[in-house]
Amino acid sequence: MEIPVMSNILHKNDENAAELNTMLTTRGIFTVNLMGSPGCGKTSLLEQTVSLLKNELTLAVIEGDLYTSKDADRIAGAGTPVVQINTGGGCHLDAFMVKAALTKLDLAAVDILIIENVGNLVCPAEFNVGEHAKVVVFSVTEGEDKPLKYPLVFRQSEAIILNKTDLLPYTSFNMDAAIDDIKGLNPQASLLQTSCRTGDGLPAWIEWLKAGAARTRRQANMIQGVKCD
Amino acid sequence: MHELAIAQGILELALNTATSHGAGKITGIRVLTGELTGIVPESLEFGFAALAEGTMAAGACLSVRIVPLTGRCRDCGDERRVDKYRFICAACGSYAIEIVSGRELKVESVEVE
Repeated sequence: MEIPVMSNILHKNDENAAELNTMLTTRGIFTVNLMGSPGCGKTSLLEQTVSLLKNELTLAVIEGDLYTSKDADRIAGAGTPVVQINTGGGCHLDAFMVKAALTKLDLAAVDILIIENVGNLVCPAEFNVGEHAKVVVFSVTEGEDKPLKYPLVFRQSEAIILNKTDLLPYTSFNMDAAIDDIKGLNPQASLLQTSCRTGDGLPAWIEWLKAGAARTRRQANMIQGVKCD
Repeated sequence: MHELAIAQGILELALNTATSHGAGKITGIRVLTGELTGIVPESLEFGFAALAEGTMAAGACLSVRIVPLTGRCRDCGDERRVDKYRFICAACGSYAIEIVSGRELKVESVEVE
């Protein structure tokens, strides 16, 4: 006997992610799912973000990593609350892991939560973790072919960060081809070119984050019935 | 290797479906995966077979159908296959393409005895 089902395989994760998203919106915490391959510069970007934002907004970070706490140690060193999730070999974070990690953070004063996903351009794109926006980082040393080789993560992201631009003179990275592929895949995304070594392009990233935080704060105020300007 | 997490979701859905119908054995499962999900059917089948061992879905045949990526233009309504991941309307040049199919990750049906 054949039983029709037609159910979404990831529905449990999606339900949990939606619940987290509502909770984070109500609290006015702009939440970013930061994705990218190993070594693209996600943690360096986070260190810079902490240092550039710390006088204006309060950040918290959830660090996804297979086994180590190396990234979390770096972020803690930069002076921001951080919770480590070790996936023990798992290639992505899911909403259940993030939900458990959130209980270890004092969310009362947090304006922006950044969830650094496991370094991987494939799996993290498929699993919502309660975020308001997905962001993908890729670097000029990885080559311009990455967007078309990993289309989902680039299609799903609201901001695409092209990092390590200071290394452009030492690579054969084809910037025109990269931009053309990204525009074709995701014309609405903000494309930001950054160098965490020189600081180039980081102000635009900080402005992007602040705009997201302001948007989420307005939504929270509306939910709470507070009159906003 | 997110296929293992997907395989786990498929197995749970199949076991729940079979149990709620009072079935004792699952012989086949039809799965739909969109082109944009990047699922490798062989990896999914391998992961599923490993997870299903010792359950009533052990040895069940997993049939995976890949749904092509199609989009609809929000400006002119043109609907067609998205070629080479270029979300630009071939009819009017608009960039406002919404995905119609190609993101599916669904269990279509479960065959039980």
